[in-house]
Amino acid sequence: MTRTVAERRADATAIERVFREAYGQAVATLIRLSGDITLAEDAVQDAFAVASARWPIDGIPPNPAGWIVTTARNRAIDDLRRSARGRELHEQLGAFAFHGPNTDEPEEVGPVKDDRLRLIFTCCHPALRPEHQVALTLRLLGGLSVEEVGRSFLVSEPAMAKRLVRAKFKIDAAKIPYRVPVEADLPTRLRSVLSVLYLIYNTGFNDPERATLRSEAIVLARALVELMPDEPETAGLLGLMLLSESREAARTVDGELVLLRDQDRTTWDRSMIDEGQAIVRSCIGRDRPGPFQLQAAIQAVHCDADSFEGTDWPQVVTLYDHLFSVVPTPVVALNRAIAVAEIEGPGAALAILDALGSDLDTYHLLHAARGTMLRRLGRRDAAQAAFERAAHLAPTETDQLFLVQQVKELAEGGALTQNGQVD
Amino acid sequence: MGQYLLSTYEVEGDVPGTPSSPEEMKTFMERVMTLEDEMEKTGTFVFGGALHGPDASTVLRTGEGDVVMTDGPFVEAKEHIGGFYIINADDLDAALGWGRKVVDAIQHPIEVRPFRATGRVQA
Repeated sequence: MTRTVAERRADATAIERVFREAYGQAVATLIRLSGDITLAEDAVQDAFAVASARWPIDGIPPNPAGWIVTTARNRAIDDLRRSARGRELHEQLGAFAFHGPNTDEPEEVGPVKDDRLRLIFTCCHPALRPEHQVALTLRLLGGLSVEEVGRSFLVSEPAMAKRLVRAKFKIDAAKIPYRVPVEADLPTRLRSVLSVLYLIYNTGFNDPERATLRSEAIVLARALVELMPDEPETAGLLGLMLLSESREAARTVDGELVLLRDQDRTTWDRSMIDEGQAIVRSCIGRDRPGPFQLQAAIQAVHCDADSFEGTDWPQVVTLYDHLFSVVPTPVVALNRAIAVAEIEGPGAALAILDALGSDLDTYHLLHAARGTMLRRLGRRDAAQAAFERAAHLAPTETDQLFLVQQVKELAEGGALTQNGQVD
Repeated sequence: MGQYLLSTYEVEGDVPGTPSSPEEMKTFMERVMTLEDEMEKTGTFVFGGALHGPDASTVLRTGEGDVVMTDGPFVEAKEHIGGFYIINADDLDAALGWGRKVVDAIQHPIEVRPFRATGRVQA
């Protein structure tokens, strides 16, 4: 069959997308079949190479993920037969499940959706250090290249490759199992998975270079919800991400940060808000609240308001109180204080913030919030000092630009009426 | 099936959580014996025990023509291994499950480490 140039170009984009979508599924299935992560990765990579050569000519098969898994499996068998180590492995794993009975023709094996669930629990095992959990998850389930994962965490490609090798070594040496944990271990283990996904999302925040991490985190959270529909915290995390992501377009204008107060609410993504709010409602219906559900509920209140002033602040503070009772961290107290300012005024908020100073002295948002309250109280010099400290500590350029701008305006004697919340 | 070392560390001779009164010692020993009994019955227990402190230690190393002997522990550190179990476990989760029970019984942190190879372990 001959195909036109245009058709082939359309295929190239589609093929790229199929690869990205099929990667985690294919690697997960191959790991189940072979018990070897590196072998699985290599086999899937080989299958993609074969697909890149054949699909533009033959067209994309009806079940691309299944095609990739079957081809990768055949490759893995070839590799195993060829290498001495492989023969050894092959013998060891008599019940390798690579072959159908009495035939050399491999059986058609479709991806089992549980494979990805098993793999994410392996990648996020608490016996691995958090930076290794994140790297493995993005590499094996997200299908990001080693270079892409490295770039996301400001680590060189060789350093990231080393990190991945170490993580895979520990999985192998310590025999970290490849399965969904038993009921008794599930709460702890799921918390670890959810915090990895949230860390991936937050790493992509306020930084255009790492924006793909946010969409990657949402894709993975969505997959997790599909795989574990009865876990309200998983849904809560997806809701939280969607509601936060819905405001992304409004958060910066021409590269400059725009506060929640000043955002153009017509640019918020309605479909994400609708989906996020539906998730929050169903979570309320289940009545098994947890940290992610409560944070999603807070975001839902913000997304519900047609103006900053119109926000149901008492509801926001109530939800923060609830959140603080479950997660009594200084960061939760900080966010609660910002909401308190809208009900009790900046003086009350400042008192709370000052009490958090010893815990959060190196956290830029504490100083940004202090600066905001001090400015509203008319204390220009103290406000300027607080914003200077915040700018000094800011993790991204976007944050820094915004905070430096606040310092400048205060120094130039601008009006002291501005207030608001870094969103 | 793999084998794992579950080890506890004493810090400068002091093992936090060590029973201080005879009554505490009695309940401590009861917890440990119940645990070891469970390990034995399930085929988990390979070997284990509590060690004397580093003061009782001797180091041997190859010298010129002969093995040289010195008094004291191998590493001059604040922490020394205080006791250990070697257990059989299918995978890390199983080993960590036993590790959790050990921590509950001895009220002291432990390290769980897989064996790379042993003389007798069956892969």
